[in-house]
Amino acid sequence: MPRDELGILSEIKKGYILRQLKEGKRGDGRTPDQFRSAEIKIDYVKRAPGSAYVELGKTRIVAGVKVEAGSPFPDTPNQGVLTTNVELLPMAFPTFEAGPPNESAIEVARVVDRGIRESKMIDLEALVIEPAQKVWIVFIDIDVLDFDGNLIDACTLGAVAALRSAVVNGSAAGKEDFRLPVRNTPVSVTMVKIGDNIVVDPDLEEEQISQARITVSTTEDGRIRAMQKGDNGWFTLDEIKKAISTSIDVGKQLREKYLK
Amino acid sequence: MSSLFPVNVGEEIMKTREVVLPGDEVSLGDLKARNGLYKNGESKFCSAYFGTIQRSDQFVDVVPFWGTYMPRRGDRVIGKVIEIGPSMWIVDINAPYTSLLHMNDAPWRINPGDLKRYMNTGDYMIAKVLSLNEIKESWLTLKDVGLRKLEGGTIVSIQAPKVPRIIGKNGTMVNMIKDMTFTRIIVGQNGLIWLDGTPGNVIIAIEAIELVKNEAHTIGLTDRVKALLESKKGEIVGNAE
Amino acid sequence: MGTQSDIKLIDENGLRLDGRSAGDLRPIRIEAGVLERADGSAMIEWGGNKIVVAVYGPREAYPKHNQDINRAIVKARYNMAAFSVDERKRPGPDRRSIEISKVLSEALSAAIMVEQFPRAQIDVFIEVLQADAGTRIAGLTASSVAIADAGIPMRDFVTGCTAGKVDGKVVLDLSKEEDNFGQADLPVAVLPKSGKIVLMQMDGDLSVEEFDTATSMIMNAIPRINEIQRNALSSRVKVEGGGGE
Repeated sequence: MPRDELGILSEIKKGYILRQLKEGKRGDGRTPDQFRSAEIKIDYVKRAPGSAYVELGKTRIVAGVKVEAGSPFPDTPNQGVLTTNVELLPMAFPTFEAGPPNESAIEVARVVDRGIRESKMIDLEALVIEPAQKVWIVFIDIDVLDFDGNLIDACTLGAVAALRSAVVNGSAAGKEDFRLPVRNTPVSVTMVKIGDNIVVDPDLEEEQISQARITVSTTEDGRIRAMQKGDNGWFTLDEIKKAISTSIDVGKQLREKYLK
Repeated sequence: MSSLFPVNVGEEIMKTREVVLPGDEVSLGDLKARNGLYKNGESKFCSAYFGTIQRSDQFVDVVPFWGTYMPRRGDRVIGKVIEIGPSMWIVDINAPYTSLLHMNDAPWRINPGDLKRYMNTGDYMIAKVLSLNEIKESWLTLKDVGLRKLEGGTIVSIQAPKVPRIIGKNGTMVNMIKDMTFTRIIVGQNGLIWLDGTPGNVIIAIEAIELVKNEAHTIGLTDRVKALLESKKGEIVGNAE
Repeated sequence: MGTQSDIKLIDENGLRLDGRSAGDLRPIRIEAGVLERADGSAMIEWGGNKIVVAVYGPREAYPKHNQDINRAIVKARYNMAAFSVDERKRPGPDRRSIEISKVLSEALSAAIMVEQFPRAQIDVFIEVLQADAGTRIAGLTASSVAIADAGIPMRDFVTGCTAGKVDGKVVLDLSKEEDNFGQADLPVAVLPKSGKIVLMQMDGDLSVEEFDTATSMIMNAIPRINEIQRNALSSRVKVEGGGGE
């Protein structure tokens, strides 16, 4: 999130968080490697074949999966289509504005999309109805209702949970209802750098004062499927390596807890 | 309605509270309607808020549970600099409208265009509302006892209607939290609170403030805050006992 | 109104597809204070509708030339999520949602004490997560709860309900099928204490008698709906009280 969207950062708050971190403490009592507890409700929206409501701290999102028959892209005639869209609704934060997605919304959507796409979670080749003519198009739409930091992970959790639960009406292709061809379970873990500290799953205040952000998406086989570094600051290679191993560990916990 | 919130809400008054919703008729008896009520017809008064009724010697008020701060002349508020002009700071005072601090109302000798050296964007201050006009434009001053730029510490925010509970009758609540946590605390009437002390103590003081914030409309609050602080005694640094 | 269909929407006993009789409401549930960041918020489930409302403000109106020096501007934004209807809805405002936003803003302005906040703006964001007929009225009903929750002064709640005509009969609170295949739709919102109407739209075909029946059904239902609005707020205090009394 660009700084101007998050409001003016205060030196007082920054000093306070840094002093707390020096003692290994975070504002809400977490350790640096600790993810906030999440609540996920699947099948939240009945008009969508797959959906999930996610509460991560006070960040609240709803992900909905819609599946429609349509034309494949000309360069991939034998694959279904996957698209991800994130709406940073103005209700979610005082400075979010209505209108077409801005660069922040697009970045979140693309990072979420990449984690899902690159993990090959959905077997797109199994979504062909008639080669080069008709395929299933999977729309992942995500509404951000309340913003308390770490949208990428909240949205990935929601999108993955919604995809896993989706039951698609096959009548548009003269077929039976079917579950999406899910092969694995990607999870993203986002960390930010505050001073010399790296903390997992930043809340809003931590995001406001952080210098840099890193997201690592992994699958259950421990492989990295997507990464994204954001914001103006930097990481050392060691920090990145540490972030990857943290992501694998935390990802394992998240899968175990929320995506079994 | 001259202002939205009554100045003083003592503990005793809270005991007789009664919850009302917008449009509910409030019977005045021999008292006069003051804040949070509107006249509906000849002699009927109704609540403008979801809040509690509070009756004092002469007046009836409806105090909302939540709500925005509206500046009043003389209020001490905590503000954050959000923009700097050639001769004024533009200050966010947690109200619908920003406020202005002219360099002549600051305690330093400043040359125009040089304001940033004294207070930059993101800096906090405890200031007083010097004046206010009909369209809610307001001006601040730092020229009075206790007013200054705030350095160090941290800021937490509560809702303005809860400020009287944080302060307590004659300052009892805030003084108890200060004394028991060895923390310096300044409460702005606009719902922002500044705290400074050792990190662990500040966390406990914030916990106490959260308790007041969440249970502001209940009775026996002082005792519960005291019990919380007593239970944390072992964790507080500087406790002589 | 929707196209005629062969589906019988009211059976020989006068019952509707979902088992309701003409004057029955669908189940309504409202919860206040559901969002962290917003100044006030509410969630409403009305039949199959699922709508969340967030209120921000009063805050200074921008751009400045939009400011009214005598009063606050109320800006409702009604929006349907892409996944809220059977066919995916393209994100963003369309002509329908722009019109609905306008009439909802006007209805809310009638209740809010806008004169207390010169130069300010009150934003009301209404997000339809799941649509099931009557979304504007459900959104408006939840909005006034969210506004009270934000501590914004109001003269009264705004409470809404629809009536319509189905298989030639006037019924309360149209369901999705009734909305699609019925002959008239009449959404109404009032200030419940005074009965002042702050929103009314109609499309379809109603006789004067049918209109009278429809509005009296609505006026009958308003106190019940208002009670649900009131409980959404009062229960919030009890929950937050942590056993204070």
